[in-house]
Amino acid sequence: MAKHDHDHSGGSNLSDVELRVRALETILVEKGYVETAALDRIVELYETKIGPHIGAQVVAKAWSDSGFRQALLEDASKAVATLAHQVGNVGEHLIAVENTPQLHNMVVCTLCSCYPTDVLGLPPAWYKSFAYRSRAVKEPRAVLADFGVALPVETEIRVWDSTAETRYLVVPMRPAGTEDWSETQLAKLVTRDSMIGAGLAKKPSEVA
Amino acid sequence: MDGVHDMGGMDGFGKVEPEPNEPVFHHPWEGRVLAMSRAIGVFRAWTIDTSRYAIELMAPSFYLTRSYYEKWFLRNQNLLIERGLIDADEVAAGRALRPAKNLTRGPFTLADVEKVTKRGSYSRPAPAPAQFKVGDRVRTKNIHPRTHTRLPRYARGRVGVVERLHGSHIFPDSVASGKGEDPQWLYTVRFDAQELWGADTDPKLKVSIEAFEPYLEHV
Repeated sequence: MAKHDHDHSGGSNLSDVELRVRALETILVEKGYVETAALDRIVELYETKIGPHIGAQVVAKAWSDSGFRQALLEDASKAVATLAHQVGNVGEHLIAVENTPQLHNMVVCTLCSCYPTDVLGLPPAWYKSFAYRSRAVKEPRAVLADFGVALPVETEIRVWDSTAETRYLVVPMRPAGTEDWSETQLAKLVTRDSMIGAGLAKKPSEVA
Repeated sequence: MDGVHDMGGMDGFGKVEPEPNEPVFHHPWEGRVLAMSRAIGVFRAWTIDTSRYAIELMAPSFYLTRSYYEKWFLRNQNLLIERGLIDADEVAAGRALRPAKNLTRGPFTLADVEKVTKRGSYSRPAPAPAQFKVGDRVRTKNIHPRTHTRLPRYARGRVGVVERLHGSHIFPDSVASGKGEDPQWLYTVRFDAQELWGADTDPKLKVSIEAFEPYLEHV
């Protein structure tokens, strides 16, 4: 699914889809349902404003501020709302789950593509792929291996299947050697994949 | 419905292939499809569960071979026609042929963007006290409705433990079948992997689903 930009499988003709999408937009605009500028703005927001940098700031704050960490784990929507000046507004039903040396959390939507968009932006293609959706609940260690991640065998893995409107954000483990780092510095270590549970936070040496 | 969309536990789809430096949209038209999906939401012609069900109803061969946003596009177009917001001859013509019918509000404009890029609330007042509490052992029902459900096949007829109670939410199974919001208690139910996948699976794995109360029974 990751390489669907060059579809030679015969399944679809992308230029045809593009024309049909354009036609539908024309109809919606001409009938007075939508304004083109508003659609442009939505695309722009997801391309530039609503992305994993939001979640990264939330995680960095949780790593630095134990009171915020506690509040985040108790009610993530409420806790993140207190950062609205910094990360913008987020919606309801956000839940944060924390990784520890004993427990690794991982999030999937086996039925469609439910994802904590308010804090991570739109999901990557792999999250929506049939391979991830089918395998994450059954063989997550093998899925993690596809991401180059190997956890100790004694680490418990907990997979959260997002089958309702609750949305899960993983708080990855804070890397060693970052004790005196600022939130801004810490946020650079927090990858999108680590907040889904498909990866780990970067080590200090990876951002130096 | 027991559709191909219900993929948890299926084999044969290969490796997960992360794409380095993946763009948000692989083609500009994908962004237009996403934007139209969000924008049209303000007309409340259908709900999120209706839109999921519409994708589930696509033929398995189509579901498996078309790209994500192509399915979204077709879903939007079909629902717009079905709900009478546009007409099939307009799609064929590629332009509007008549004014909008029953327009309940003005067009979606820049001022509306924030409404659709922040998630709303799916909580609704509970019709009755919750039947289960955190720590209860529960069994998921062995149900196979022909219509939309959010109880995945791999977790039907399995014993787990209630781990969280999320309050009362809109019930997707009812709302997607046109039976109204029908609020129900929502729980996180956690299963040992061996309950789901058998004795030779990873003993250190636990899997949870978000289960609406009608999916559950006392053990």
